[in-house]
Amino acid sequence: MSDSDVVDVTRTPVQGGADHYESTLRHRPRGPHDGGPEMIQMLDPEGQRVDMGGAGEYAHHVDALTPDELRGFYRDLVLLRRFDLEATALQRQGELGLWVSLLGQEASQIGCGRAMRRQDHAFPGYREHGIAWCRGLDPMRLIAMYRGVDRCAWDPEEFGLHTYTVVIGNQVLLGTGYAMGVQRDGAVGTGDPDRDTAVVAFMGDGATAQGDVNEGFVFAGVNDSPIVFFCQNNQWAISEPNERQMRSPIYKRADGFGFPGVRVDGNDVLATYAVTKELLDRARAGQGPALIEAFTYRMAAHTTSDDPTKYRFSAEVEMWKLRDPIARFKTWLAHEGIADHTYFAQIDAEADALAAQVREATITMPDPPMGEIFDHVYVEPHRQVEDDRAFLAAYLDSFVDEEVA
Amino acid sequence: MATTKMTIAKALNAGLRRAMENDPKVLIQGEDVGKLGGVFRITEHLQKDFGEDRVIDTPLAESGIMGTAIGMALRGYRPVVEIQFDGFVYPAFDQIVSQLAKLRSRSRGAIRLPVVVRIPMGGGIGAVEHHSESNEAYFAHTLGLKVVFCSNPTDAYWMIQQAIACDDPVIFYEPKRRYHEKGEIDLDASGPASDLFSARTVREGSDLTLACYGPMVRTCLDAAAAAEQEGRLLEVIDLRSVSPLDINALTTSVTKTGRLVVVHEASGFVGMGAEIAAAVTERCFYALEAPVLRVTGWNAPYPPSKIEELFLPDLDRVLDGVDRALAY
Repeated sequence: MSDSDVVDVTRTPVQGGADHYESTLRHRPRGPHDGGPEMIQMLDPEGQRVDMGGAGEYAHHVDALTPDELRGFYRDLVLLRRFDLEATALQRQGELGLWVSLLGQEASQIGCGRAMRRQDHAFPGYREHGIAWCRGLDPMRLIAMYRGVDRCAWDPEEFGLHTYTVVIGNQVLLGTGYAMGVQRDGAVGTGDPDRDTAVVAFMGDGATAQGDVNEGFVFAGVNDSPIVFFCQNNQWAISEPNERQMRSPIYKRADGFGFPGVRVDGNDVLATYAVTKELLDRARAGQGPALIEAFTYRMAAHTTSDDPTKYRFSAEVEMWKLRDPIARFKTWLAHEGIADHTYFAQIDAEADALAAQVREATITMPDPPMGEIFDHVYVEPHRQVEDDRAFLAAYLDSFVDEEVA
Repeated sequence: MATTKMTIAKALNAGLRRAMENDPKVLIQGEDVGKLGGVFRITEHLQKDFGEDRVIDTPLAESGIMGTAIGMALRGYRPVVEIQFDGFVYPAFDQIVSQLAKLRSRSRGAIRLPVVVRIPMGGGIGAVEHHSESNEAYFAHTLGLKVVFCSNPTDAYWMIQQAIACDDPVIFYEPKRRYHEKGEIDLDASGPASDLFSARTVREGSDLTLACYGPMVRTCLDAAAAAEQEGRLLEVIDLRSVSPLDINALTTSVTKTGRLVVVHEASGFVGMGAEIAAAVTERCFYALEAPVLRVTGWNAPYPPSKIEELFLPDLDRVLDGVDRALAY
């Protein structure tokens, strides 16, 4: 590390404390926000096909995509963004308790989600709406959760999609264990494309500080488990930038755990797809885990409860707007003659229809019955749960009786 | 009926073996459970006979052990996790409370997690710090978990198999200072005598009820035998399960005796005794001749081992509690 990498910070005087002191903490300056020379990129922000960071090694996965599939990626990106914006609007209007926007991260999630196979299994955090979309989950299930009328009430085996996980990093260990189960089922390395299975565990940059994430890396490493750790580095863990979470780039950590790590431009849907496809194929073939750092940016607040003007400059957000994942892909599709204005207009209309449908379905969504909280605590009844169920029912009935009387 | 004399430790080993023979989805994982057979040898020889894929020596990380066990259960396995000592379960606490206990309700019933967490618990073995704790109240307080204790070889043999067969997560406490106590087991019996979550009256009496579980069952039986010399007939109930709590067994007994003393090693403050006292008082107020009393570990962190005998309820302290209850 050279001296120029380090700056001193001086704290302002603390009320009631010493008049002035020099902090012994040394903060690094904000790093380069372009992802550096090792970042794999196939589409630059202007929508030009490029070969950055060794992208050529993965290009055959993109070459194999049909025009229909490429147009499908575009449709995914646009509809996902429209859904996300509508959900944010619904929260602002009091229809949702909270919304966790993925604005800016669409390409990371669609690129990854479309690289997964039907039999694969995703372990999301709470912002993976694009993964849920790719796994075929009705987006209203997510809306129901954030409206506060339901839980993650889907069957994970039906969609290959575990419940959302809010406790940061927990899902990384669950995914690792699931991958250990896949190994015990003999569903890895058989060469049968419909049988060999991989797991994708999702996390953000903040989660890389969690013990569970690092333990997941250890367990997957020593077991050679078929799992891809997919980290969306959106630069911000609520108010804390990368510099407060880590001292070395995320993708480089994989080396210490004994498996490959790759940084990919998370705003480039082609590169994200290709890298994920390659490493999922490798995992399914029995060659063990890998870590992908999708270098992206959280364009919106952490959640609708957050105010990012308190901790980051609008100039930074403006800079990232120029790297928008959808704009560059649209430019490239048009330039290549894969899609034209008619197609784009058709997708815009479909997005508007989706938004209207989501709005209508949200506003008319009923509250769940109270007694349901006791239904799924256990498989076999539990005496104290049943006692409370009976007590609550009698209590609620007592009001009904009064009204009747 | 052919019976075999066996320690609690050997009975647990035999029960685990039988569960693994009966169901290929049963796995064991933990620190040193494979080659070594566990620090208490509860899993001895199992890796040799069932292979490294089914008896897994894990990295030394309890949250990792717990989280990956949940992940394997999501894939259809029935993992049995060994936490090496009671005081080492806390790194796994987050996974147990946030995921293991809640995933079923969080998925509105789509997920079932048949995971057993074995924890050698309690003091009395002269151990160093963090090796003598009784942390059942944390887990009993968390709905979504079931929490049981074995206290004798027969229960050890059957309850571990019942816990493994249970489709809900079970925290399975083993009284480590009783591991080497022997008893007769009928290994040929077709099944257990009791439901996993039922209490059992292990000694009948009419003057007072002692409620206990795990290592305190032996202590209470000894106390009841001593009390009989003085003409006092104590009923002893081995709760076996603290979540769910078999409240009917307690109210039936207290209705008969009118007096209840709850005994456990954990500190009394906000412990199982407090819950039992409240639950019994709510249901048996007019049958009680005395307040429900507690004989427990003191309200202080577990002491250095040279003075642990003063911390743990023993025969004299149980009888002191009996005297106080009978004085009303």
